[in-house]
Amino acid sequence: MPFSLSPERERELEAILSRYPTRMAALIPTLHLIQDQEGWISDEVIAWVSQRLDVPPAHIKGVVTFYTLFNQHPVGKHQVWVCRTLPCALRGAGDVLAQCEKKLGIHAGETTANGKVTLRTAECLASCGTAPMMQINKEYHENLTPEKVDRLLTKLMEG
Amino acid sequence: MLQRTSYLTKNYGKPEGWTLGVYESTGGYAQAKRVLTSMTREQVVDEAKKANVRGRGGAGFPMGMKWSFMRPHPTKPSYLVLNADEGEPGTHKDRTIMELNPHAVVEGCIIGCFGIGAHVAYIYVRDELHLSKARLWGAIEEARKKGYLGKNPFGTDYAVEVYVHTGAGAYICGEETALLNSLEGKRGEPRLKPPFPAQVGAFGCPTTVNNLETIAVVPTVMEVGGEAFSKLSALHSLNDGGVRLYGINGHVKKPAVVELACGPTINELIYEIGGGVQGDRKVMCVIPGGSSTPVLLPSETVNAPDPSSPMHPWHGKSVFDVPLGVDTARNMGTMLGTCCVTVLAEGTCPVLAMHNLMQFYRHESCGQCTPCREGGAWLLRTVERILDGRGTITDVDNLSDIASNMMGNTICAFGEGTAMPALGFIRKFRPVFEQYVRGERTRADARLTVA
Ligand SMILES: Cc1cc2nc3c(=O)[nH]c(=O)nc-3n(C[C@H](O)[C@H](O)[C@H](O)COP(=O)(O)O)c2cc1C
Ligand code: SF4
Ligand code: FES
Repeated sequence: MPFSLSPERERELEAILSRYPTRMAALIPTLHLIQDQEGWISDEVIAWVSQRLDVPPAHIKGVVTFYTLFNQHPVGKHQVWVCRTLPCALRGAGDVLAQCEKKLGIHAGETTANGKVTLRTAECLASCGTAPMMQINKEYHENLTPEKVDRLLTKLMEG
Repeated sequence: MLQRTSYLTKNYGKPEGWTLGVYESTGGYAQAKRVLTSMTREQVVDEAKKANVRGRGGAGFPMGMKWSFMRPHPTKPSYLVLNADEGEPGTHKDRTIMELNPHAVVEGCIIGCFGIGAHVAYIYVRDELHLSKARLWGAIEEARKKGYLGKNPFGTDYAVEVYVHTGAGAYICGEETALLNSLEGKRGEPRLKPPFPAQVGAFGCPTTVNNLETIAVVPTVMEVGGEAFSKLSALHSLNDGGVRLYGINGHVKKPAVVELACGPTINELIYEIGGGVQGDRKVMCVIPGGSSTPVLLPSETVNAPDPSSPMHPWHGKSVFDVPLGVDTARNMGTMLGTCCVTVLAEGTCPVLAMHNLMQFYRHESCGQCTPCREGGAWLLRTVERILDGRGTITDVDNLSDIASNMMGNTICAFGEGTAMPALGFIRKFRPVFEQYVRGERTRADARLTVA
């Protein structure tokens, strides 16, 4: 099916465009809006955005590849990001990651065979005071313990 | 002496403390109204200067002076841009303001826009902070409905709009010119300076970029008065005024974010705020203000015998007993940075800690400058080799050489931000690096946790 934006997101896109003096400035918010719907940014999406914002596809490709959060390939239904940076590592991020890898049976950077969960490491997520922490989809989970991690992942694999 | 204050944090912990009702019940928006209805732009900048607010984003540049650089352009608009990219490892303060006191940010934007002659403020929030963004948008909507934003705030004709803009997971977008490129829909690559943002900033227009906390404290500055605000600080005489948020994390019993009069000491932060070190261990070192600031050891002392030195009052004392400020930190051979202190207890491995940080810098370099792109990769590879027991003494020396060659040879301060902490670890923990080379230590025994 060719790409199209849901009516609700179309309205959101109009609101985004009204905030900036240039159309290009809407690019990153627009890519977020689309990734929320599609899960990743395909070449087809890039062509669509190029038309819509009047920005060359090569520029969009350059942006998509620059920013860590834009997926250039399909990913799992849920995203798990474990913060690995020093302040979290001082409070056990290494164990959290090991526990996730064991429980999910994959390494960081991989997706479970059922396509449910993609596990990745993140760089400092501004939660160092409540470390260790991980982000699941759009939510932060802080002050993690092995029990908490286990509960969260069990729920994800079921959901 | 440690002095707790509660200007920015007075509504933290209250039920619905982030809503307009609570904010106004404690005097919220009275200052924006007073500024817009009764002050001139010059008066606002003057108060800002007297307040001695040093930028809360890391470099400590005086806010009032930055505002005074803004000149109206004959044809172009001006912009205020708030930096809420909060990505510096160890930094967790701006997030609390966005989540728990977002109206202070919005009110600060109104006063800030007026002060620099702008009508639009963009708040650049890193994408991962979804709750922060939602709270900011909520506050903007509430303020707009009340008529505090829009074409006629408080019945005046000084239009102000505030928008939240997001990044997409790139630490470098915290650098102000990279942030502006990102705001414009481009790759977050830093720009050569000059021109500075005050001349050519967002969309080619005059722009002031301030850290989010810098702007959030502006309503307090106006409420207390510039000079009185500055005097709240223990470092008023060093033009480092007011109150700010401090964070303490790593191996302390109670990590926290608190508001204090400027100038607590590292020992006060560790023991009085952080509740001491996990397992009552000794401190090996601290990273005083985000991972780009070189480590300090408790055994280091101040050497300032000359009475005319600003550091003389602390001559002979441990650096952990000196009030932390922009200039005192610089004089201790490090940087104040973001005022969030990371504690590493005795028993942790400094080489492994450096390795962790070099992975961060390797990952986050934007790649425009060869010394940064290649230097960061080399630093990581070399420290990895040492850690794995495959290193030589030459490798240890190479680390210093590589880091030294990055300094001053890059477009933006990320290069120094990588090299300085690396040099700090190598200089202050050289014997440990050498133990790895001699096989007296191994990676298998190296740890970062102590609990
Ligand atoms: C690599 C790098 C990352 C930075 N990250 C941030 C950041 O996340 N937040 C921030 O406020 N300032 C950050 N800064 C500092 C900004 O460039 C800029 O100095 C600051 O936003 C100015 O605001 P202030 O004067 O109010 O501190 C960073 C600087 C560099 C070189
Ligand atoms: S110093 Fe590093 S991050 Fe800064 S512009 Fe150069 S390559 Fe990019
Ligand atoms: S290091 Fe993990 S949130 Fe900062």
